[in-house]
Amino acid sequence: MSTNKGWGARAFDWFEERLPIVSFIDHSVGSQYPAPKNLNYFWNFGSLAGFMLVVMILTGILLAMSYTPHVDYAFDSVERIMRDVNSGWLLRYMHANGASFFFIVVYIHIFRGLYYGSYKAPREVLWWLGIIILLLMMATAFMGYVLPWGQMSFWGATVITNLFSAIPVVGDEIVTWLWGGFAVGNPTLNRFYALHYLLPFVIVGAVVLHIWALHIPGSNNPTGIEAAPQDKIPFHPYYTAKDAFGLGVFLLAYFAVVFWFPNALGHPDNYIPANPLSTPAHIVPEWYFLPFYAILRSIDNKLIGVVLMFASILILFVIPWLDTSRIRSATFRPIYKVLFWILLVDCVVLTWCGAQLPEGLPLILSRVGTFWYFFHFLVLLPVIGWIETPRPLPTSISTPVVAKPAE
Amino acid sequence: MADTAENQAVPTADESRRDFLLHATVATGAVGAAVSLWPLINSMNPAADTLALSSIEFSLGGLEEGQSVTISWRGKPVFVRYRTADEIETAQSERWQDLPDPQADEERVIDPKYLIVVGVCTHLGCIPLGQKTTEPRGDFGGYFCPCHGSHYDTSARIRRGPAPTNLEVPEYTFLSETNIRIG
Repeated sequence: MSTNKGWGARAFDWFEERLPIVSFIDHSVGSQYPAPKNLNYFWNFGSLAGFMLVVMILTGILLAMSYTPHVDYAFDSVERIMRDVNSGWLLRYMHANGASFFFIVVYIHIFRGLYYGSYKAPREVLWWLGIIILLLMMATAFMGYVLPWGQMSFWGATVITNLFSAIPVVGDEIVTWLWGGFAVGNPTLNRFYALHYLLPFVIVGAVVLHIWALHIPGSNNPTGIEAAPQDKIPFHPYYTAKDAFGLGVFLLAYFAVVFWFPNALGHPDNYIPANPLSTPAHIVPEWYFLPFYAILRSIDNKLIGVVLMFASILILFVIPWLDTSRIRSATFRPIYKVLFWILLVDCVVLTWCGAQLPEGLPLILSRVGTFWYFFHFLVLLPVIGWIETPRPLPTSISTPVVAKPAE
Repeated sequence: MADTAENQAVPTADESRRDFLLHATVATGAVGAAVSLWPLINSMNPAADTLALSSIEFSLGGLEEGQSVTISWRGKPVFVRYRTADEIETAQSERWQDLPDPQADEERVIDPKYLIVVGVCTHLGCIPLGQKTTEPRGDFGGYFCPCHGSHYDTSARIRRGPAPTNLEVPEYTFLSETNIRIG
């Protein structure tokens, strides 16, 4: 031990010996985490998702301080937040639009994983945890949307909870249990509020596991091949700086919406107080649920529609085995690369269909889109792995760079 | 540019252009983050509708000499007492310079008949006794806080016990002979 250390360094060492939390963080997202040197901007979205989780929890806790979870007061308490609470409008718009931006970030993060094969061995559990986080986010977002107790809140809650009535034999009993009554009402609002407050912290726990599982194999990279130690650079300062830049760009987009288009992603009907006696003419979920809503409505059978909707997410759990190709990155998979973009377009089409009335062209497109979605994962993914001839992989992630002719 | 020959003589640490940019960027980000916390913190301050309730009007007309009434203002009790001539006399004749929190009775009332104070003990916020005729009024004939034994006199000045200051006189004005606005 050097004796010329300052008192600050010695105090740090004293604490570190007793609780090495600083070095733990440093190993997780700091200078002791070696990350591949070729990560592109699509790798920003993990830390952006983490950032949004923090924003949602912070604004959410402050909103909860002014919100009243009671059918007679909920709507008015939200209006009071908008009009009377200092910066209440900012908190609410950050929270409501924050949910949308959280989903944008997470969807890009997921498609990044699909494109670069980040779900393949040895990252299957990491991928699973990501899907679990997505499911938790969906439950949290759905219950959060119920809290303002507008027309969309109420009827969204009614429709989504009624999904469970499709369960044979015990469906109705389960729905009554979910509601705590004979219809969506005060008990429903109370439990949704309790769970909406709880689940984000469950997500935090799942995120910790997600990062833990990430650190066993380390980050994937755009080439998909294992990064050799000499091809890695410390996460801090290299990727903290890159992520910070990406965060700045992201915040411009996020706050442009918060400040100038705060209701663009919402639905005006939710500014009408909930009326259990009248359903709005056209009810739609929030945009991030639209593709799943389109899948639900594409089938004329209640049970099959519900099963397909849940299956569309659950199928992601098994794609590490449905994908028979050992090549991770789509860069080296000419056929899969095309299929990836078709799948992305398919999801966009389904999103559009979900917002339309289920008749005519939107209904036909919903059915084609739903078919393609499952066809992609269940048939194309395994078959392409066998018949596709991948492009030659580089021997290291430095090779493609070094091999380029000098200017 | 940094690689040109004349710049090869690297400046000493913390003086290079890169260091300046780094520190400026981090400082901007840190200040921005700190400033953006303000709306979050400020949201916990009283809201507009809460502040709108912070003044009330009250009519003293119904009070008889020796009667007290407690009204609610900003969620706190305000003691209004129509003091007896005896109480006024005691309050005014006291050598106030020697009291724990020296203040003349004249500074604490507008109309000496009416004592108007916030009924919250300045020790730790309990409500002193003495408004009702059945309640103990302490050794100095004013108010007595049962929590930790503070005694207040007929001008609601602290006389004995742990409370550091006199009961607070709220800001109020006489709108007419018998109507006041508190706050």
